[in-house]
Amino acid sequence: MNIFVQTKNSVSRFLSAFFKKKRSRIGIYGPPNAGKTTLANRIAHDWAGESIGVVSEVAHESRRALRKQDIGISGSNGHSITIDIVDTPGVTTKIDYKEFLEYGLPKEEAIVRAREATEGVAEAMHWLREDIDGVVYMLDSTSDPFQQVNIMMIGIIESRNLPVIIAANKIDLPDAAPQKIRSVFPQHPVVPISCLDGKNIEELYEQMVHTFR
Amino acid sequence: MLQGVQIDLISQERLENLTSTEKIHLILDKVRDGTIVVLEKGLAPDEQSHLIEMTMKEILPDDFNGIEMETYPSKEDHSFWSKLVGKTSSSTRMTVIGPANQLKMIKKDKDQISAWISTR
Repeated sequence: MNIFVQTKNSVSRFLSAFFKKKRSRIGIYGPPNAGKTTLANRIAHDWAGESIGVVSEVAHESRRALRKQDIGISGSNGHSITIDIVDTPGVTTKIDYKEFLEYGLPKEEAIVRAREATEGVAEAMHWLREDIDGVVYMLDSTSDPFQQVNIMMIGIIESRNLPVIIAANKIDLPDAAPQKIRSVFPQHPVVPISCLDGKNIEELYEQMVHTFR
Repeated sequence: MLQGVQIDLISQERLENLTSTEKIHLILDKVRDGTIVVLEKGLAPDEQSHLIEMTMKEILPDDFNGIEMETYPSKEDHSFWSKLVGKTSSSTRMTVIGPANQLKMIKKDKDQISAWISTR
């Protein structure tokens, strides 16, 4: 191999290492029933043509972190990101199987569901400390954002210096107050969206490209 | 016999002499026994994350449903020195933790937490 080919290969390796597109793991976190799986499904559908998980009105429908790899998202400015979307179970400090009985589940099934949910939350917390590069923190804009679990989670995310976007979901509902979320978390970008009808979803994608690039 | 709820107020000095794991075990052991724990100084974010994870592992049907936890928002350090070195640190504040089936928060603002405690 002559010196020119060697030099060319070395330069090529250096450039590819330097400009190699980094794939980030973006976790969708938030309290139960905020719409995390609906968002994960929408992102996966819009950018990869597939779904990730099942959505239901019963809290803790997602009891395992679900991942969709290699999703490319492009912004209007020509920039793009490649991410793995991780849909996590709703974070909480308490789970009582009796809550599931109210949805008509038999006791045995409710206990299994509660146990799976506890394992899922523990796993999600572990992932946040070890494996996540950025967070979309999902809030239901019809609920009070000043709940301890939200304050605690945003504090944990900030302490790890992870980039975060707060998605104020369910703006299609009449009681939605995304401005309240902005007032509680003024230090982070807040994007009001409706995962159900797709309102403002493009703005969220733009923000993701900007924040996670 | 006197009926009621035990409340343990744990000083900042005692907390500072414990490792993160010791703090979490101390809190969970007490809360699992039905004690309300008041920490003079709150847990660090990483400790809070471990507390949630450990709590989830301790939950048992008809026995322990998890914890209720409230704290004041942390205080940012905007001192001259912190501005000079370009770093603002935040300090955690008094925190109350109890069993989820006994402790219910009524109201919270930046300087007051109102809670309702029931016996088992």
